[in-house]
Amino acid sequence: MNGWLFAIVQTLCVVFFAPFMAGLVKWMKCKLQNRQGPPPWQPYRNLLKLSRKQVVLADTASFVFRIAPYVVFSVTIVAVSVVPVISVQLPTAALADVIVLVGFLSLARFFLSLAGMDVGTSFGGMGSSREVTISSLAEPALLMAFFTLAMNASSTNVSTVIAHLSQGSLILYPSLIFSSLGLILVAIAETGRIPIDNPATHLELTMIHEAMILEYSGRHLALMEWAAMLKLTLYSLLIVNLIVPLGVALTLRPGDLLLGAVSVSCKLLLLALFLAVVETAQAKMRLFRAPQYLGLAFILSLLGMMSHIILEVR
Amino acid sequence: MLIATLSLPEQVVLMLAALILLSSFLMLAQVRLDSMINTFALQGLLLFFATLIMALISGKYQLLISAALTLFLKVFFIPNKLRGLVVRLDINREIESITNPSLIMLFAASLVLFSYYVALPIRALSLLATRNTIAISLAVVLIGMLMIISRRKAVTQVVGFMSMENGLFFAAVVATCGMPMVVELGIAFDVLVAAILFGVFFFHIRTEIGSLDTDRLNHLTEVEK
Amino acid sequence: MIALSLTLFFPLSGLFLFGFIGHWRSAGSINVAISICTFVTTLIIALDVFRYGPILSPGKFFYIDAFNVYLLLLNAFVGMTTAIFSGRYMAHEVAIGRVDDKRMRLYYAMYQGFLFTMLVALSTNNLGVLWVSIEGATLTTVLLVSLYRTPESIEAGWKYFIICGVGISQALFGTILVYFAAEKVVPGHDDGLLWTVLQDHAVKMDPGVMALAFVFLLVGYGTKVGLVPLHNWLPDAHSEGPTPMSAILSGLLLNVALYAIVRFKMLVDPALGTHLAGNLMMGFGMLSFSVAGLLLHRQYDVKRMFSYSSIEHMGLITFAFGIGGPLATFGALLHMIVHSLTKSAIFITVGHVAHIAGSQAINQIRGLLHTQPFVGWGFLIGTCAIAGLPPFGIFTSEFLLFTATIKSYPWLVPPLFIGLTVAFAGLFRNLQSMVFGEPPENQKQVAANMWPVVVHLGLVLWLGLAIPALLAQWLNQATIMIVGRGIL
Repeated sequence: MNGWLFAIVQTLCVVFFAPFMAGLVKWMKCKLQNRQGPPPWQPYRNLLKLSRKQVVLADTASFVFRIAPYVVFSVTIVAVSVVPVISVQLPTAALADVIVLVGFLSLARFFLSLAGMDVGTSFGGMGSSREVTISSLAEPALLMAFFTLAMNASSTNVSTVIAHLSQGSLILYPSLIFSSLGLILVAIAETGRIPIDNPATHLELTMIHEAMILEYSGRHLALMEWAAMLKLTLYSLLIVNLIVPLGVALTLRPGDLLLGAVSVSCKLLLLALFLAVVETAQAKMRLFRAPQYLGLAFILSLLGMMSHIILEVR
Repeated sequence: MLIATLSLPEQVVLMLAALILLSSFLMLAQVRLDSMINTFALQGLLLFFATLIMALISGKYQLLISAALTLFLKVFFIPNKLRGLVVRLDINREIESITNPSLIMLFAASLVLFSYYVALPIRALSLLATRNTIAISLAVVLIGMLMIISRRKAVTQVVGFMSMENGLFFAAVVATCGMPMVVELGIAFDVLVAAILFGVFFFHIRTEIGSLDTDRLNHLTEVEK
Repeated sequence: MIALSLTLFFPLSGLFLFGFIGHWRSAGSINVAISICTFVTTLIIALDVFRYGPILSPGKFFYIDAFNVYLLLLNAFVGMTTAIFSGRYMAHEVAIGRVDDKRMRLYYAMYQGFLFTMLVALSTNNLGVLWVSIEGATLTTVLLVSLYRTPESIEAGWKYFIICGVGISQALFGTILVYFAAEKVVPGHDDGLLWTVLQDHAVKMDPGVMALAFVFLLVGYGTKVGLVPLHNWLPDAHSEGPTPMSAILSGLLLNVALYAIVRFKMLVDPALGTHLAGNLMMGFGMLSFSVAGLLLHRQYDVKRMFSYSSIEHMGLITFAFGIGGPLATFGALLHMIVHSLTKSAIFITVGHVAHIAGSQAINQIRGLLHTQPFVGWGFLIGTCAIAGLPPFGIFTSEFLLFTATIKSYPWLVPPLFIGLTVAFAGLFRNLQSMVFGEPPENQKQVAANMWPVVVHLGLVLWLGLAIPALLAQWLNQATIMIVGRGIL
């Protein structure tokens, strides 16, 4: 019972802090670029403002357009609930393994792209087609990276994998380097960050995610944006906890949990800084180079799998 | 053999093996000449560390000499010479287009699988914990070869050639803790001379052909034109 | 022992002498003198080995037995006659302005450097040093191939460098694998590559690793032998480099690379206990033999044509070593000698021919017998000899080879026969007009030194008519070493 309570509280925390994470990255980026920048809590204000505003629906919008924000948001929350944040003792982890996790994310993406096409504007359709193109290339790489980790732990369950990696003495897994690099590349592509997509612009030639939600307004838009921030946090959590499982609590004891919470916050902070630095240093690449970028991610994941087989097992 | 049963230095060697393979892939994907030379130097550095650790694990201190040679040749001398040449030939900003990069990368990945398959009988024999790295070093050799085949710039081909050499050296270090000293010295000398000769050749090619694209070296054919 | 040190000392001193002092007028004569000294010392070694058996140097660094000593002698001999030829030939090249003094310095230094690497490769006991010196041979000759600095010769040099470099790397991988296998059975870290040690332990080495190693070694050294499909460098390097270079590449380098393969085969066979190495060599040899025979028909450059003929003959020798019986091995060893002698004689003649016609293109060379009968006859007889016409030594060795094939692999006789006929036709389709045709107006005689050719072809004729008992005894000893049984 305690476990379930803990899982729910943990999920709610993540949902609540996700906008902060997104705002933090933006704030750090602005500071790095010598700009004033909005404070890290600005996304909360935006969400609040949007939720108060009236929803404007296009005449051609069907029910898909209206339910999509709710579906995307709730599916993302379910996905978040599966990922261990502070402790691996998560009863919700039994619900779904990495494959289902990827499935949740695809479900959200499916509704997102449907919504993009629903109204029938050219931008929405364009955004959806780009989103689907990129994710079709990113998903194999993502799964391959996950499988490498899963082979290490002999389980596809995220909690078990993290528990396996954090147990015992320090072991250097060569495969971990490759799969984490692949994972990071995929995560950047999937969350629509530079160099694949730029969340800060609405430049029609390059936008992907923003193009799909161009027709949304009011609370629908708020949910869509919140879901995007959640997705960023979800991937960040996966990356920090899988690559550096240091500090993740293996039990539900208060001391361990506190340590876990502190360590996970620190790791997320560092990751946000890393992301900000990368986004400052990199320019967005042409859309046509995205397949090459994702090809590299796939090769890395594949190398991870191969170095696991060649170097780590017999 | 599970990796967990190895000691920490051995794990580090395996990690370095994986990184050397990664650097080969990076070189294969790299289009800018200067970054490619830097990646090559990085590979040399990884090789140096691997040799150093192997020397300490195995207690064969003659490997330290090989390590020093590697540091001198692969990290400083050859990359610096290449950089100097590239600057003097004024091609340091040139970008080389790769035809079908994804295909080449996939091909390189399949070469890794192939090497694994080829090296299977060796794995069964060795007593060293690092035996599995033979497959990796063979893969580095083959990827170097792929680089020579798939690229058109003379400098890139030389980098590919030298990275093949790295793979061979790595194989010697991890499989057998280095070759006898006289052979090691001979190989190092050959590599040194080859590096100098390549430099001479760049100027000849440049003078005669007017470019360093080996595509333009196409006069000699089987039939009369 | 002293003779061996001197053998290696002479070319090495030549390398430094020419390298540091530079080119002067009598450099050609000095080059000849050094090569003659080298030949004389190898002759002494050869007699020693023949009388007292294999020599192992203290420190086990050099080892000379019946197999490598005759190649050592052959190398020094061809090196000497080619040096005699190259003095006047290169003087002519300087006179017509194709090369300058600086490059002549490079030429002579590298000529001796090349001989040095070849002699080290043959006399060393260490299989790693064998690799190092064969790679060294590439390095010394690569600038000679591009000596004329034309776009074509630069291309040929680059191709030679890259293809041979890549190929020979595979051989190093093979050598590492052999060492790896040896380390398990040989005591002492530094002895694992010594031929004399490996020979004793060959039976105990792991068959899987040795088989794999041999594949890499065959591909690697096979590149240097010019085996198809890694032969592309060979015609280019032969046709674009200076002619003396082609003579020693064909006469020496290919033999030494093949020698390396055979040495490893001698280790692999007892380790495996199967005929795998032989089968691989037969396959590659047959392939090279047939492909080169067909490509002979498409050539427009006379040096390219004869370099394809080299590929064909090397394929044949590889095939013969692959069959592996005493008769075939004896034939292969004999073929190595006669091919080296004949091919270097032909390249020397072709050098003069190219000077007479002012071109290497087959359709530019006409009526040699009219313009300069001595060269013309040399060309005609040399071509007859290399094609395997009866009174010459190549006929004898090919005959032995045929006999061995009929005995062991009768079904391979028809392709072998067809291949020989095709190659024969390829050589002769152009010969008629080049030798007998009407000479063009401006074709003039040149100062030619045909004595090396006369000596080489005379030796080949002698070997064709009667193999001297001494040589037969010698080759028999080598055959016993390689396959365990002799034919005498």
